[in-house]
Amino acid sequence: MTAPLISIQHLSKGYVRGGQAIPVLLDIHLEVMAGEFVALMGPSGSGKSTLLNLIAGIDKPSAGTIEIGGVDIAGLSEGELADWRAANVGFIFQFYNLLPVLSAFDNVELPLLLTGLSARQRHERVAQMLQLVGLTDRADHYPSELSGGQQQRVAIARALVTDPVLIVADEPTGDLDRSTGEEVLSLLDQLVHELGKTIVMVTHDPKAAARAGRMVHLEKGVLVDEVGA
Amino acid sequence: MFLLKLLLKNAFRHKLRTGLTMVGLVVAICAFGLLRTIVDAWYAGVEGSSSTRLVVRSNISLTFPLPLNYAQRLRAVEGVQQVSWANWFGGVYITERNFFPQFAVDPVSYLALYPEYRIPDEQKLAFYRDRQGAIVGRKLADKFGWQIGDQIPLRGTIYPGTWTFTLRGIWDGADVKTDESQLLMHWGYINEVLRQRYKGRSDQVGVYIVGIDEPNNAAAVGQRVDKMFTNSLAETMTETEAAFQLSFVSMSEAILVAVQAVSLIIVVIIMAVMANTMTMTARERLAEYATLKALGFSPGFVVRLLFGESLLIAALGGVAGLLLTWPLAAVFRSAVGTLFPVFQVSGLTMALQLAAALGVGAVAAAWPAWRMSRIDIVAGLRHVG
Repeated sequence: MTAPLISIQHLSKGYVRGGQAIPVLLDIHLEVMAGEFVALMGPSGSGKSTLLNLIAGIDKPSAGTIEIGGVDIAGLSEGELADWRAANVGFIFQFYNLLPVLSAFDNVELPLLLTGLSARQRHERVAQMLQLVGLTDRADHYPSELSGGQQQRVAIARALVTDPVLIVADEPTGDLDRSTGEEVLSLLDQLVHELGKTIVMVTHDPKAAARAGRMVHLEKGVLVDEVGA
Repeated sequence: MFLLKLLLKNAFRHKLRTGLTMVGLVVAICAFGLLRTIVDAWYAGVEGSSSTRLVVRSNISLTFPLPLNYAQRLRAVEGVQQVSWANWFGGVYITERNFFPQFAVDPVSYLALYPEYRIPDEQKLAFYRDRQGAIVGRKLADKFGWQIGDQIPLRGTIYPGTWTFTLRGIWDGADVKTDESQLLMHWGYINEVLRQRYKGRSDQVGVYIVGIDEPNNAAAVGQRVDKMFTNSLAETMTETEAAFQLSFVSMSEAILVAVQAVSLIIVVIIMAVMANTMTMTARERLAEYATLKALGFSPGFVVRLLFGESLLIAALGGVAGLLLTWPLAAVFRSAVGTLFPVFQVSGLTMALQLAAALGVGAVAAAWPAWRMSRIDIVAGLRHVG
């Protein structure tokens, strides 16, 4: 039997506000296989974004383990975690989070600066990614010169460019109209089915979640339901 | 290369804000340079003084003269090689606004003691031969457009009457520190007229200038001179030329301290302005820095981005301010005329201007860089700029 790519055991996360402990996630157990497309759903405050942040290694749990590709990322230092993210995680944000002063090409190239690739290799790789998302002709455009859907496709190219094992997407269609959102979801589908990427996506939208192979529901920090597991 | 591109694009993202900050820097660095140059100009006499010249004056006050016969006795002092003397003339050329220093000197011995006054031999001889002749520094001649042979009338304030001198020579300074703003005339001529008109005021000397063999002997020679005239009717105070010049500077020391303080305050003010700019910049880009950190960039990268941007703006503003200092110094120099005999932006001032600009850039970036390097990624990503 193949080991899961993501293995979460007894995961808890809480904050202290004004001397009072506020639990956000309680004893979460979750396994995600490589090549799965998982949608995290739940009402606001259910802890789905927190869970996504923990899986992406940009937040630290209060208790429990998060093993990704056999590495317990909860035990990594800040520096090790940054290196791990650079090599293993691609990010897709709701508001794209592109650097406005850089062209689409430069935005996609950004994560490659953390690799040992030469400039020529980087440029080849960026060109491939822009072709994949259908934006070759927009390479020199700045984010302000692109539509929301195009910006999100640039963000997807940026998430893919280092060939990470895991892609995390936080409401990737939340800022897009219905048809553009569909295009983005189709692109994510393509990444899973054609490139074998593993995607964990947070969404409020049941239609978007339906595009994922598996839906995980959270409520008040507890995993309550799974569909398609 | 990528980092440099990012720095340049970030620096000019808000062109108006960056432009105004740079204008502030240019003004501040320029003002800093000019104020420092004014202070330097004040000390120019000290800088241009010779270590082998001593000045002997009355130990009561500079306004009390010394007898002419001291010259002979000074020549006999061990370590003394040359002796000359000078009187402050204090004449007015047309109007008081045209002030410049004038000294009645013993021409041959005086010019022998001041080899830094470069004057053609024929002009020097013409000056020696004409008791009503005068020589001036190049800067002074240029200011009033004087040519050799011109008549220069001076209304005496210390020595009553109108005195007209014929310009016989113009000297050029050996270097930029040499004073070119004076007029020298014959002490003998002035003394001759005084002898005829005011007998009691003749054969008196304002200061003696003594050339010594070795700078290290200055203190010993000075002591010998003063000891020789102890208990005489006109006791002396002997000091190095630099100390003599410094005594004038010290009279206005409070002003100089104020000028220096103002020059530093200007730098501190622009530092606060620039720190505000960088803090605003960093706050606006919180989500971008959080994104960079999420992508795997280290806190050090964020620090380099902010420091780089701040130093880039500071360097551009600093260099522009430095370049602007030269023409402004030239305008200032022509505006103040011969008030400052030497008004030159020094290498040290330029280095300090650049250092001040870069210091401003570094200090301005320190706090926002520290803050941004420590931002929580999750909180930063939630931030809407």
